Formats: sequence, C-alpha cells, structure tokens
Amino acid sequence: MANLFEHIGVEKERLQFSWISSAEAGKFTNVATEVANTIEALGPIDKFVKKTD
Amino acid sequence: MDSLTQKIRETASNILKEGKVEMVIGFAKGTIPMTTKPYMARTPEQTENFIWDKNCTLNLANYITGRKEKIGIIAKGCDSRNIVNHIVENKISRDQLYIIGVPCSGMADKNNPDELRDNCATCTHKNPVIFDVMVAEPVEEQKLDDPFADVKAIEAMDKDAKWSYFEGLLQNCIRCYACRNACPLCYCPTCFVDESGPQWVGKGQNKTDIQTFHFLRAFHCAGRCTDCGACEAACPMDIHVRAFTRKLNKDSLELFGWEAGLDITKRPPLDTFNPDDPNDFIK
Repeated sequence: MANLFEHIGVEKERLQFSWISSAEAGKFTNVATEVANTIEALGPIDKFVKKTD
Repeated sequence: MDSLTQKIRETASNILKEGKVEMVIGFAKGTIPMTTKPYMARTPEQTENFIWDKNCTLNLANYITGRKEKIGIIAKGCDSRNIVNHIVENKISRDQLYIIGVPCSGMADKNNPDELRDNCATCTHKNPVIFDVMVAEPVEEQKLDDPFADVKAIEAMDKDAKWSYFEGLLQNCIRCYACRNACPLCYCPTCFVDESGPQWVGKGQNKTDIQTFHFLRAFHCAGRCTDCGACEAACPMDIHVRAFTRKLNKDSLELFGWEAGLDITKRPPLDTFNPDDPNDFIK
C-alpha cells in the first residue's frame, strides 16, 4: 500500500506500520513520537485531500 | 469462416448436446462493428452465435462468479488465469467448469485496430493455464526483457510529476464504474463505493473521490490482477486504468515472486502468511 502511495506521488512515510504489545509502553511512545516527527517534517499534505467549498 | 470460431461452435455444441454443461459462455458479435459481447448459449443451436476474433477483449471469468450450474466457458490466457483466481477464491468449483481453451495471439487496440492492445503486447501467458480441451495448438509465448518498462518510467518521476501524471490520468473519469463491472476480480456484493453505512467515499464527481475510488479499487486487486485489460476495454473515456494495477503486479512479482492465477493450489500472497514475507516496513 505504501508503495502504491509512493507510486502516485504521496510520500510513503505518511503510512507507517508497527507491531506493539500492550506491555510495551516505551515502544509505543517512541513510535508515536517518531511518526509525529516524520509527518511534521513532511508538512501538511497537499495531495489526495478532499476540498470542500 | 475462421477455424477457431468453427471449432469453438462445434465444441460448445457438443458439450451442450452431451449434457456435460447447462450453458456455455463465449463471445458473440457486438451491436456495433469491431466489438463483441459476452454471450451465454443454452442450446446447441445458440452456439452458432459464437465468434472468435481480435475484439474479444472482455474477460469471461466475470460471468461465472457464484454460479451454481455446470458451465462451459471459452477461455483465452487471461480468462483462464481469472478462472483460476475464482476457483482459489471459492467463487466456483473446478468440477462445475468445462473450460474450452483458446490460444490467444492478442486482442486489437480498440482505438487502433491494426495494433495489439497494450496489455496484450506485454502478455506472457497467451495460452490458457487451465483447460479441459484446447481448440488449437498452443501459440508461442513471448519472453520480455523488461515487462514493466511502463511502470519503471513512472517510478523514475519525482513525486510531484507522479501526482500530476495520475491527476491527469483520472481527470476524464465519469465514475460510470464500467471498469469495476468488467473486472472479474470486482465481485463484492456491495462495492466500497456503493456502501452507505459507513460511506467510505463520496459519490459525486469530486476529484478526490474519483482518485480514492481508483486507488482503492486497484489495491483490492493487489496480487490478484492478471492484467487482462477488461477495465480498459470497458472504459468509455479511454482511461489507462491499468497504470495502478501494473504497479501492484510488479510489486507482487518482486516482493512475493507471484503472478496471479497460475496455480489452483496456491493462495494469493496477501491472503497467506509466510515467515519469509518481506517485513522491513514494520518498525
């Protein structure tokens, strides 16, 4: 799916996958922070967004 | 008359007479020149309407989904691969089918009848992969150095160029869903675009809704698409719908060594778990 995103010109980093156990609180915060940082660095998406007038 | 057409009519008529099947699905002459339509013959006399020419562009596997009776079906290479898909996905059982295999030398481009259509030009499975009887000797399969040159050309673009390419590709879409209806893979009783609770995607002509439809429909075909070209054959606006599914076919081949519809004993890659599956994307 991420590859298909990339293929149409949407950054594949916008779709991320992780496997986190409910006992892995530390991993969860790390992944969440990392996701947030990547997306922040990419900035707001300008493609594939439905604009309503 | 064309010998293939003759042989198809004979075989179809015989299996109907012998009671092996209750109907035979094939192609009949279309209502306008250089077109064909799917045709179901239920009596030996009706098999006289069958034809075989360069315009048999639809995929007949589309018409066997969930059928209960015994069916004879005329299958070129891609149809046969979609029949395999249907058997694997439990949409019909092998014993219900009598497959009349037709070695295919490619179908004509609907806008340029002297040339092969795009997917036939890169086809490497011209002969049926599953059949009960063949109406002619197999044709020679071509070997391609680079079957996915078109996909690579898009991959080489930068992200904005890719986006404008796909935006341009879909700008004429009228959302008639002909591609979906012609596609043998699209057999969901209620398609996600028709669903109203929840409503996954808007139903109007909004650009993003159109893009979402094509993007998601393509992904539903991942690891299942046989590149039969029925979507493009059915499209009234000449949209290159296969631009999406081609990429997924390339990924299936590269990530899973998989080509859809070749073996009734194998499950498609997105349907199975294998410890060796590529998982670099999981953090």
